[in-house]
Order: sequence, then structure tokens, then C-alpha cells
Amino acid sequence: MIGEVDRPMLEKAIVRDKTYFLQMKEHPWLSIASLMMILLLWEGVSAMGWVPHLFLPAPSSVLSEGWTMLKTGIIFKHIFSSLGRILWGFIIACSLGIFVGILIGFFSIPEAIGNPIIAATFPIPKIAILPLLILWLGIGEASKVAVIALGVFFPMVINVYTGVKNVDPLLIKAALSLGSNRARIIRKVIFPSILPMIFAGMKLGIGIALLLVVAAEMVAADAGIGFMILTAADLMQTKKLMVGLIVLSLLGIFFNWLFQKLERFFIPWKQ
Amino acid sequence: MKVLIDHLSKVYADRRGESTEALRDIHFDIRDNEFVVVVGPSGCGKSTLLNIIAGLLSSTSGQVIFEGAQTGSRPHTAVVFQDFALFPWRTVLKNIVYGPEERGLKWTDQLEIARKYIAMVGLQGFENKYPHQLSGGMKQRVSIARALANDPLLLLMDEPFSALDAQTRTLMQYELARIWEETHKSLLYITHNIQEAVFLGDRVLILSRRPGRILDIIKIDLARPRGEHLSLEKRYLEYVDAIWGHIKNQAREAMEEIG
Repeated sequence: MIGEVDRPMLEKAIVRDKTYFLQMKEHPWLSIASLMMILLLWEGVSAMGWVPHLFLPAPSSVLSEGWTMLKTGIIFKHIFSSLGRILWGFIIACSLGIFVGILIGFFSIPEAIGNPIIAATFPIPKIAILPLLILWLGIGEASKVAVIALGVFFPMVINVYTGVKNVDPLLIKAALSLGSNRARIIRKVIFPSILPMIFAGMKLGIGIALLLVVAAEMVAADAGIGFMILTAADLMQTKKLMVGLIVLSLLGIFFNWLFQKLERFFIPWKQ
Repeated sequence: MKVLIDHLSKVYADRRGESTEALRDIHFDIRDNEFVVVVGPSGCGKSTLLNIIAGLLSSTSGQVIFEGAQTGSRPHTAVVFQDFALFPWRTVLKNIVYGPEERGLKWTDQLEIARKYIAMVGLQGFENKYPHQLSGGMKQRVSIARALANDPLLLLMDEPFSALDAQTRTLMQYELARIWEETHKSLLYITHNIQEAVFLGDRVLILSRRPGRILDIIKIDLARPRGEHLSLEKRYLEYVDAIWGHIKNQAREAMEEIG
């Protein structure tokens, strides 16, 4: 038959999953191995004496320096004075940020007043405000806490504001239909709705707080991680300086872990 | 008690000043213990009507009046929404007690009310689950229990089963018929599903396409309790057919207009 002849040869084609590369595999060993490799390489470079120890001390010697500082307790003085500043700045910034964020998110007059002020002050690098804060509040704790509070306030207030704007209007309607007034709506619908945004703001904020506490302590302080790093550098105590960096890294990791735990605890309805 | 929907009209105006007439001169009443269904093609202003009655939207003209109601502390309405609108941070139990909580009832009283409606809608064992752990049908049961627990003078339901799959929807219709026959709440039910309207309602209001006007009000004379057997009964089918006759052309015009 003619039709039969005209038909092209049929090949067998097997359908393959085109999305296979989207399923990212996990490589837990690779993560650990790469970290170990860097440390080993670094140790090796130091052992070979390619770089003077004054500029690049071996990781092992940094660790032993850290251990000595732990034993003498000198490091805790620095850690706790930095943590104290972070804590106060954080508490002030979070409570103020949540309050202002809800206010400007929910009410039109505060929104009209607050939005341009925030838009104008948000872009200023907070560290640039530190000299002014020292002028106003003195060289003591207040100016350091203030600069941290200022730095954490902005991501918090912007997150909360965005959160309030994105609250499901249907939930507000449901609450209204069940008899809630406006104050109750804020407490029982808006606040739980924005909790994830508050935690996101806190995670952003802690990075900024670590940055600012170190910067502020480098400008003027007699204790704290930033002070410790700066004086160590002045005295060419490179090992001590690096201990300071490790402490900062550990603090960052610790806070991330802490906020993740807190988030799970306070937002049990999220999978 | 009687709820009078008194010559309601609603015109939406957008920012460019263009106006859309959603409802025109809607006038009817809902009597005590009556199940009223509003049925109409899509975009006929059904939900607008419900939102105005619920006090969640203002009308352009006309009023909603609760007549002769010994209201006391009882709320006028409670709404069951199509998309459930459950509070995701509250467990099933805490969702259901929301209304009583807002009315300042004691916790033991709240609990007693919750128990009653959890049993009525068949949610025993799910009290401490969060909404995201439930299926659509279960979520809507919670929403119904939450509305009933607030003991409103008029229960409002806005296409409550539209977000459910067809099988769950059918089962939920049977459930609702049973629950209503237990409680005899005054109820206004919005749907675009004619079978559902006839199956559930004492009276069916047929709305025209936009602007929504009442085309007809049909009294459904079918015995209760209503159940599965109904779908094969001649009179039921006649009602469905009569309403479809009203709506057919409206629905077609609405469909072409939107396209």
C-alpha cells in the first residue's frame, strides 16, 4: 500500500524526566570535607613557614590562644559586654519596630506621617550616625546601644509594615463577623499574622547588630569583641585578633540557631 | 424575628470614576427558622449581597433591618466563607470558640459550646489540630461550627462548598441539611449550584446577571428531612429544571460578557 510506504520508520522513544536536575542532591560529607580542607591547607601553609606567623598564625595556635582566653575568663568579659549592648539595642529596636510598624501599617494618619521619615532616614548608614549619637549621648554605653537599636529598628519596622499590609483581608472579615473590634483585630489577627515577618526581621537585625557593635566598640570602648580585635591588631597579637573573628562567627551561628528554635516554638502552625 | 432586606442597591465606583452597578433594588425578607438560598449566574452580585447583610460592605441605598429581634448579646450574623477563613494559628477548638471568646464568655462555657458543635459537625478527635492539617471538607466543618458557636440571629453562607471537590461537596450538602434540621437557624445561603439550592432551601431567590435583580422567588415544597433519595424525585427535578430555565439565558449572557 502506498500509505504504508510513505510513513517514516517508527523508532522507539522512551520519555525521560526533564526536571531531574531540579532535584538537588544533598552532599553532607562534601560540606564538612571542604571546611576541613581549608583548615588543613592553612595549617600546612603556616607549618611550611611560607607566611610569617605574625600575619597568618596557624589555626591550631589560634585555637590554643582561644583556649587560654577561655581558661583565664578574659574572653567572657568581652563577649558579655558586647552581648549586653546587642541585647539592649535589640530589645529596644524590636519593641519599637513592632509598635511603629503596626501603627503605620494599620492607621492611615501615622502611615502618612511615618513613611517619608522612614524613607529618608533608612538609607543613612547607621555607623555614620554614631558620631552624632556620641555627641548627644556621650561616649558610654548609651550611644552604642542607640546605634544598634537604630540599625535593627529599620529592618524590623519595614518587615512589620509589609506584614501588616499583607494580612489576609478575609481573616479580618472573619474576625469582624465574629464580633472583634479594631483593637482585638490587631491583637488576635494582625499580630499572629505578622509573627513570621517579625522573626525574619530579627534574623536580618542580628547580623546588623553584630556589625554595629563591633564598629561602635572600635570607635570607643574599654571592653567588647570589637575593642578586643582592635587592641589586638594594634599590638600585633594576630592570634587574639583571629579568636575575636571566630567568636563573632560563632555568635552569628548561635543567634541563627536560637531564632530558628524560637520561631518553631512561637509559630507551631507553620509546618 | 424577621430580617428585612429593604430595597438594597450597590454601585461600585473605581478610581477612574467608572461605576459598576452590582445590585439593583433587592427586596425580600428572611423569616425565623427559614433556609433561604440565593442562586444566580457568576458575577450577579451574590457575594456583594451577603457582605452587605453581614455588615462587611456598605450599600449604596437601602438597608438591612433585623425586626423584632430579642437580640440581647446575640450577634446579628456570622459568616461561613467559601475559602474557610480559619485562623491558621488557632487549633480547631480555639477557632470554634473565637466568637464566644469575643463575647466574653467564661472558658468553661466556651468549652461547653465548642463541645456541642464539634459533636454536631463531626469533628471529635480533631480538637487540637491546626487548620493546615485538615482536608477541605474538615476545614469547612470547622468554619460552620465556628459560625454556629457564635449563635447568630442569621447565619450567612457564601458558596461554602465551592472550594471542595464534587464528592466532598455532595456529602457536605447532606451534612448541612442534617445540621440545619437539628438547629433550624435562620440561614441565607449563596450558591451558583441549582441542585444545591433546591436540595437545601425553603425558598430560592433567583438573581439576574449584573446588575443583580430578583428574577423570581420560588418556594421549595419538599419534605424534610431531605437526603440522598431526593435527587431522583420528580418534584425535585422539576424545581431544578424551572430554576435552570430562569438562569440559562442569564448565565450565557454573563459568560459571553466576561469573555
